[in-house]
Amino acid sequence: MTDLTHGHVLAPLRRQRHLKLPPLGASLAILFLFALLLAALAPGLFTRIDPLAIVPREAFQPPSWAHWLGTDQSGRDIFARVIHGARQSLLIGLAATAISMLIAIALGLLGGLGGARVDRAVGWLLEVLFAFPSLVLALLFVAVFGSGVGPLIVATGLGGAPGYARMVRGQVLAVRNAGYIEAARALGHPTSRIVLRQLLPNAMRPLVVTLTMGVGQAIVWASALSFLGLGARPPAPEWGTMLSMGRDFIANAWWLTFFPGLFIVLTTLATTVTGRYIQQRLEGRLP
Amino acid sequence: MSDKTLIVEGLNVAFDGASVVRDLSFTLLPGRCLALVGESGSGKSVSARCLVGLAGGRAQVSARRLSFGGHDLLDLSERQWRAVRGRNIGFVLQDALVSLDPLRPVGKEILEVLQTHGYGDRHTRAARVHELLERVGVPDVELRARQRPGQLSGGLRQRALIASALALDPALVIADEPTTALDATVQAQILEVFQQIKARGASLLIISHDLAVVAQLADEVVVLRHGEVVEQGPMQQVLRQPRHPYTQALLAAVPAEHPRGSRLSPERVGVRHEPRARSHSDVLLEGRGLGKRYLGPDGLVRQVVQGVDFSLRAGRTLGIVGESGSGKTTVARIALGLLQPDEGEVLYRGQPWNRPANAVSEAVRRPLRREISVIYQDPLGSFDPRWSVAQILDDALQVAGIEAPARPARIAVLLNQVRLPAELGQRRPLQLSGGQRQRVAIARAIASEPKVIICDEPVSALDVSVQAQVLDLLADLQDELGLAYLFISHDLGVIRHVSDDVLVMRHGQVVEQAPVEQLFESPAHEYTQRLLGAVPRLPGSGAELVVPPLDLENEAFDLFDETRLWKIAI
Amino acid sequence: MTTTTLAVTDPRRERLAALGRRAAIRLAGGVLVLWAVATLTFFALRLMPGDPVLAILGGPSGNPTPEAIEAARVEYGLDKPLAVQYVFYLGRLVQGDLGVSYSQHLPVTRVLAEQGGATLELTVAALVLAWLLVLLLTVVTAGRGRLVGGIASLAETLSAALPHFWLGVVLLAVFAFGLRWFPPAGSDSFASLVLPAFSLAIPLAGFIAQVTRESLELTLDQPFVLTARTRGLSDLAVRFRHALRHALLPGVSLSGWAIGALISGAVVCEVIFSRKGVGRQLYQAVQAQDLPLVIGISLVVAAGYVLANILVDLLYQWIDPRQQEAAA
Repeated sequence: MTDLTHGHVLAPLRRQRHLKLPPLGASLAILFLFALLLAALAPGLFTRIDPLAIVPREAFQPPSWAHWLGTDQSGRDIFARVIHGARQSLLIGLAATAISMLIAIALGLLGGLGGARVDRAVGWLLEVLFAFPSLVLALLFVAVFGSGVGPLIVATGLGGAPGYARMVRGQVLAVRNAGYIEAARALGHPTSRIVLRQLLPNAMRPLVVTLTMGVGQAIVWASALSFLGLGARPPAPEWGTMLSMGRDFIANAWWLTFFPGLFIVLTTLATTVTGRYIQQRLEGRLP
Repeated sequence: MSDKTLIVEGLNVAFDGASVVRDLSFTLLPGRCLALVGESGSGKSVSARCLVGLAGGRAQVSARRLSFGGHDLLDLSERQWRAVRGRNIGFVLQDALVSLDPLRPVGKEILEVLQTHGYGDRHTRAARVHELLERVGVPDVELRARQRPGQLSGGLRQRALIASALALDPALVIADEPTTALDATVQAQILEVFQQIKARGASLLIISHDLAVVAQLADEVVVLRHGEVVEQGPMQQVLRQPRHPYTQALLAAVPAEHPRGSRLSPERVGVRHEPRARSHSDVLLEGRGLGKRYLGPDGLVRQVVQGVDFSLRAGRTLGIVGESGSGKTTVARIALGLLQPDEGEVLYRGQPWNRPANAVSEAVRRPLRREISVIYQDPLGSFDPRWSVAQILDDALQVAGIEAPARPARIAVLLNQVRLPAELGQRRPLQLSGGQRQRVAIARAIASEPKVIICDEPVSALDVSVQAQVLDLLADLQDELGLAYLFISHDLGVIRHVSDDVLVMRHGQVVEQAPVEQLFESPAHEYTQRLLGAVPRLPGSGAELVVPPLDLENEAFDLFDETRLWKIAI
Repeated sequence: MTTTTLAVTDPRRERLAALGRRAAIRLAGGVLVLWAVATLTFFALRLMPGDPVLAILGGPSGNPTPEAIEAARVEYGLDKPLAVQYVFYLGRLVQGDLGVSYSQHLPVTRVLAEQGGATLELTVAALVLAWLLVLLLTVVTAGRGRLVGGIASLAETLSAALPHFWLGVVLLAVFAFGLRWFPPAGSDSFASLVLPAFSLAIPLAGFIAQVTRESLELTLDQPFVLTARTRGLSDLAVRFRHALRHALLPGVSLSGWAIGALISGAVVCEVIFSRKGVGRQLYQAVQAQDLPLVIGISLVVAAGYVLANILVDLLYQWIDPRQQEAAA
């Protein structure tokens, strides 16, 4: 702070930080996500057992040293299935979120940048899309276009798009009205430069958080659809499908449903915690 | 309790081991007023909060003695404090818009004090609420009591806030910056309310950074700096014959008391600052018959600017002064070419610069933008949050047409011109102080070697001493670079200090326009006279505060915030 | 030189009038949205591969006779131009004719009438339960120190991450099959409502509680809260009388979306718990490729959802009328 009688006194310059480790919760979450990614890319690192191998005499084994998470009704090892399911789930989650984001960014940018009339039209379109609860929208889509992994991804993506679009639009509008955009215009920057170099980067920044948490959400939605039998069909090792397959045996063999579900929960937790952590770090820099 | 004296001896406050108030002592006799004066970080607000036990959970408070009316205030339990707050000691914060619950009618807020301390029954309480509102000068009390703070004008809601503090006739009233967010005319009215409180026999403890405001009410003054008392004594003595250099510097920094051309801060600079000669120069920026309308969400059309003419000459400063709702900020945006007028035009160097219906396209304006720059009240909001100081300046140089290799050298020159050390380039604006940020904004503004700088309340958010330095810097730059300033402010003292000519605006119209000394010494229009009379002055200036009557007409303009309806096209 | 003086009217009447105006506008907008939804569905149907008549008449498994096909074609106006079909379609919708479900051989409206009540029951119960949990959690943990707040926050994050279908299965296993406290299926008794409602309510409660907690902490830092303390209010009174109303606002605003999420969740929960309801009907209809039923349920659900959102919006306005004051 400047001092009346002593001239300038600078606040001490912070020393260049070493890579600061995130707090415990966030570290665990990020580690889990890495492990998941690894499992998706190279499941062989985690298990050698074939997830689809049917071994009838080992059916309904509770968790043990031989089968860490037990076996299902056909003797398939659940741990192996969960690991291989990671690839399915991540693929669906990422792809669906990508679709959601693409639609959301297109609509959000249009609405935020396009001027009053375009904004109203986009707002209206969003309201129409919003009129359907997401799962109902997805079901509608599947009804019209059939089931399977492909439609599952598109359906999940469609279901999430309106929510993200609203967020993007809100962000774009907030940045558009920000002081530094006005200052850039007063300086004489051309519109294209302002939009590309300042508006978009600043508007998109907080969306990294939403994206991260969104992948977790997409995985849950996709699992829900698979659970209903409308996505990956049995005996695919997709977590939702596994849940549905084990549902009938819940009284006697709880591990069939418990562990796939647990992994869904952990993934969602991990993405949420990671997203929050990114948000806190970003906010430390934003005024 | 006949002897309602407040005794503070050796008050110490620390947060997590870091001391913020050291050895503060004073005595406030009943019916007197004491002011705690200081800039941000002086510890004045914290001290005030200690007197009601609200310094916060993390504060470590200790004192040799702390008592009011014979009651010991040291080590009171929370329960005991609750009995004191509101009943024996009333507290008024600044800016009623955020200091009153925005979702509740103001009447309920006042009622709450009465209910909490078990005053009377339902009927007497309701009557008391009305009585209190009348006492502080609110008209139509039954109606107003049912309105929420956002539905009242600034002055009325501040009165309501004060009423809630007075509800149980506390013997001591503490006011923390009670007039800071208010217009000059409204401020004068609120000061009158406080005079009346004092006249009724209550003791008053005022916390403020504004020495002139303090001079209107205080009998004694305590000057704080970084948590320590630097000077303390009767008001007349402290403010007219200060002994400590810090107090002297504070007084020297008040722009209203210092004629144009004089320095406000002790900062030394190479070039000796000479008062500008009054030569006739070319008209650079000219506004003719400007008008702007907005359709409010309630369906009413509001004429935010009407029939405004102004003319800015090279090397001179045109000050535009007005209260909230006067339209001066809108005029600034129209002058900048960021908002289009509905009527009239703006000419730059004789050529059309801004006309209604997009008659002058941005493509035509863009090449000329480097000659007109702007400085805002909130520099932080005008910087891209991702950029460092150097990047901000680099960006400005790029659009000014400076080639990339030449820019680093220019950045160093700019930082030097605004008296900032070169290392600051690596910092981010968030890490700088308010004064440093404004200097960076000024550096950005002069980067393109402009002829005109539009200054929109550039010093309103700064401490007095920092304000002085920035005003001096602006004056020096004007001399060095031959700049013309369009200076917008609500602060008459600042306007008087910086301007050559002044425009007074009210409700969107120009009510008076004159060279500065003429305006301030013999104002022609009744509103200008009212406005000038309402500005508090330091003792010894010879001016008495003239409190203007309540102006309800102003409410419509006060509540309508046209900045929310702006759509700066990009 | 005209000056606009504000006509100061009775604030309470003003507030009601503003609310009424807003309700009217929103309802009109809602009708427009529903019209757009119906239109979109109409065109989506036409985009489908295959002959729409076959879909209407029984899907891939039905084997309608050529005469039946011809009759349906005439009745549905499928031989007429698209515009006429559209008018027919809208006309039927307005009259409440949503077609006939061929998997159940009943008019769609009948199916909805029989099943809709149970879903409504479940959704409302879950929403109320979620809010009760939120308020309980906030009250119990309010201001008891950082440790308690941290634990509560953890609990909230955890419950928000629970997928409702998994939670349903787990609750079923533990409380229905394991402890036998509640029936594992059925839709008639109150007891059968408990487990499904909880499996929907817990994740939602976690989510809303997180938002509300953050909001509460922000609100407690506001100047008007400090003013309330200077009046001698206790900490609890400050939290309840002042802060809570502000803190609830984001939660209320989220409730609109929450209802949609609950409806989505109801689909799955009705399947898991074998409950009556349009959710389960929708699911079965999709499996049976019974298009009239799918479309019909979707449209009605959309209509209900739009209405629910309007109600939430009005509630928000009632609690916080400030948006009107933004520029006036």
